[in-house]
Amino acid sequence: MMRYLIPLVAFIVLAAFLLVGLTLNPRQVPSPLIDKPAPIFQLNHLHEPDRLMASNDNLGKVWLLNVWASWCVACRDEHPLLVQLANSGIVPIYGLNYKDERNTALQWLKRYGDPYTISIVDTDGRVGIDYGVYGVPETYVIDKKGIIRHKQIGPVTVDALQKTIIPLIIELQKQV
Amino acid sequence: MFKNNYLNRFVVSRQSNGIKGLFFILFLFLITPSVGWSKEAIPVAEDPIIEKRMLALTMDLRCLVCQNESIADSRADFSNDIRREIREQIKANKTDQEIVQFLVDRYGDFVLYNPPMKPTTILLWFGPVILFLIGLGSLIVYLRRRRVQIQDVSLSQVQLERAEALLNENKKGKNV
Repeated sequence: MMRYLIPLVAFIVLAAFLLVGLTLNPRQVPSPLIDKPAPIFQLNHLHEPDRLMASNDNLGKVWLLNVWASWCVACRDEHPLLVQLANSGIVPIYGLNYKDERNTALQWLKRYGDPYTISIVDTDGRVGIDYGVYGVPETYVIDKKGIIRHKQIGPVTVDALQKTIIPLIIELQKQV
Repeated sequence: MFKNNYLNRFVVSRQSNGIKGLFFILFLFLITPSVGWSKEAIPVAEDPIIEKRMLALTMDLRCLVCQNESIADSRADFSNDIRREIREQIKANKTDQEIVQFLVDRYGDFVLYNPPMKPTTILLWFGPVILFLIGLGSLIVYLRRRRVQIQDVSLSQVQLERAEALLNENKKGKNV
């Protein structure tokens, strides 16, 4: 009896591991920055390059930081959702234009709509490194104390918005 | 001096041949080694010592965009940025540990090809040893059982005689 049972159990355990492995996405590397203070930055605006925006300006409110670029195809997929979210007024979205060219970025916003309260420019990707950006688009939920609470790797989806991001934002907004 | 004369003569003598001669002269220009045209290959980095340290470091770091390549091997934009960052930090006299920690803080342990020993990685580190010990244990148990089985088999006097008779028969058969 045991002779047959042991290999069977071993097989089932192995199969269970492999099955779970199938559902995992190796591209989604958990960020060590969750629940850590968002890296501080001071960057030029996209529309008015003379003006600076500091991340500390946003202390006291819940905000989204969306990393995007005009060369990023997946950004186009999520963009209508971001425009909708911005129009709903639930949360201000700040756009980090990552390793892009100014004119192309401006045209892109004109064509697809501009959901961003402010767009800032990270031409050489240094702030991107600080935020652990490796695959655009990425979206960070940052709370009133300036702490990163969630990171969406890849395009924002309806599912992610409804199940994770919006409930989280509403909960964070209740905090003092 | 000689070269110029040679070319001039060609121009004079071949002018009548028109296009053909012109092409020939162009060809001569192509094969003439000219100091003004070719330059020494530009070194990849200004400082070979920094480059060497950077390469040694990035060999053990994973490119998050193309996950099966090290940052040293990868041509992805992401890896370019990380290499630039590491060069700058080396210039700023940071130690290797500080640089690796800088990246782990932003991208997590996943950037390391050699994962650190932590509660979450214990299975990773010791799993193979555990599997080996289980295998070794089952092998020992199996061999012991087999030895017991072998000892149990003993032949009675009658069986021995029969076996001998059979063997003898066989010998006779072979002789014939």
